[in-house]
Amino acid sequence: MQQIINFILRYKNFLLYLVLLAISLALTIQSHSYHQSKFFNSSNWLTGNIYKTTSNITTYFGLGEENRKLVEENKRLRTILFNQKTKDTITIDTSNIHYKVIASQVIKNSYGLPRNYITINKGSKHGIGPDMGVITVNGILGIIENTSKNFATVQSILNTRSRINAKIKNTNHYGSLIWNQKDFNTVQLTDIERLVPVKIGDTVVTGASSSIFPENIPIGTIKSFELINTQNAYSIDIKLFNDMSSIKSIYVIDNTQREEIKQLEAKTNNDPQ
Amino acid sequence: MIRNSYFINVIRFVLLILVQVLIFNKLNFFGYINPMVYILFLYWYPIKKKRPAFLLTSFLLGFAVDLFSDTVALHAAATVTIAYLRPTIMRFCFGVNYEFQSFKLTNTTRAQQFTFLALLIIIHHLVFFTIEIFSFANTLLILKKTMFFSMATLILCLLLSSLFSVKKE
Repeated sequence: MQQIINFILRYKNFLLYLVLLAISLALTIQSHSYHQSKFFNSSNWLTGNIYKTTSNITTYFGLGEENRKLVEENKRLRTILFNQKTKDTITIDTSNIHYKVIASQVIKNSYGLPRNYITINKGSKHGIGPDMGVITVNGILGIIENTSKNFATVQSILNTRSRINAKIKNTNHYGSLIWNQKDFNTVQLTDIERLVPVKIGDTVVTGASSSIFPENIPIGTIKSFELINTQNAYSIDIKLFNDMSSIKSIYVIDNTQREEIKQLEAKTNNDPQ
Repeated sequence: MIRNSYFINVIRFVLLILVQVLIFNKLNFFGYINPMVYILFLYWYPIKKKRPAFLLTSFLLGFAVDLFSDTVALHAAATVTIAYLRPTIMRFCFGVNYEFQSFKLTNTTRAQQFTFLALLIIIHHLVFFTIEIFSFANTLLILKKTMFFSMATLILCLLLSSLFSVKKE
């Protein structure tokens, strides 16, 4: 017994080092295979508030540019609205609303790591929950991963774990959107079959088979593509509409029917055939 | 005197985290290089302090940076490693001298200080990117990233350490 205690005392530094290293490795490896850790992320109270304070100061320098973007979007939406053939009155039936939109601001952006997360300044208090879609004026940004009371973290599309259902506009050929870590303004679309006519410059939008994003939200345009012979499918490089390095205003989309869809899917999968 | 050095370290700890997180994590040189200047804390930390406390502080430092940058515990693992290896590195850089009571970092030559800092940074980055990328297939990418990041970090750390050089300690 005494020898064990002596051993521990002699190597206490090494043992402490091993324990600390083991803790950090365990946390990291767990997060490699699963989702981002539920507690150790930047949506917590302390980091969220520090980011919020600095973002409150720095946003002033970009207000003009931000305003211009929003006016541009308003212009586009008004053009659509005025050119629509509508009846005299437009009524919004609340029982028919499938998507709720929550406006928010980015307080911390990141695009240089293999797994990028963005922190925003709205949280569960404002009705934001995990697995909601996040878009900007120009196109998609990512999916909500964790929320605290006042903040939330977004798994960016620039994340090696991100898989988003996407399709080439006006076709029904779906693929999944991934990122190969090389360039923060380019993502990859995989699993598009070789029969599909692909052209450089075509627009890529979100697909219908995800319960997170509504269909036809713009993503980017095709920059280049090549046929992978072994898989009989294309690998397509997409230039994003968003400039991922400067993002400020965002919208969180809440699909009110998602719970129902999920329940139904779970039930179908569990049913014995 | 003891309380004084304790106080300085606490302030350094907080300031380096804030500087790292709010300024250097947003730099993105060439699109992706963010120098990790918080390593300076381990460079400046008093030599004759107890090691367990030093290891724990380093872990906390790394973990705080992790919290802010959503990297779970990558910084913590890398920082703890260099904290553990620091005495070995110091013996390598400063020779037997460093075990004397009168040893001070400011009494050593520029070249010795430079080697010490460079070794800390390179080992930290090597551990960091090995865990971050986590595949042997990408060894080249790990080495490339380690090299570029180390250069950026080294330059900025040298600038910062000459700006805030500690005269009294």
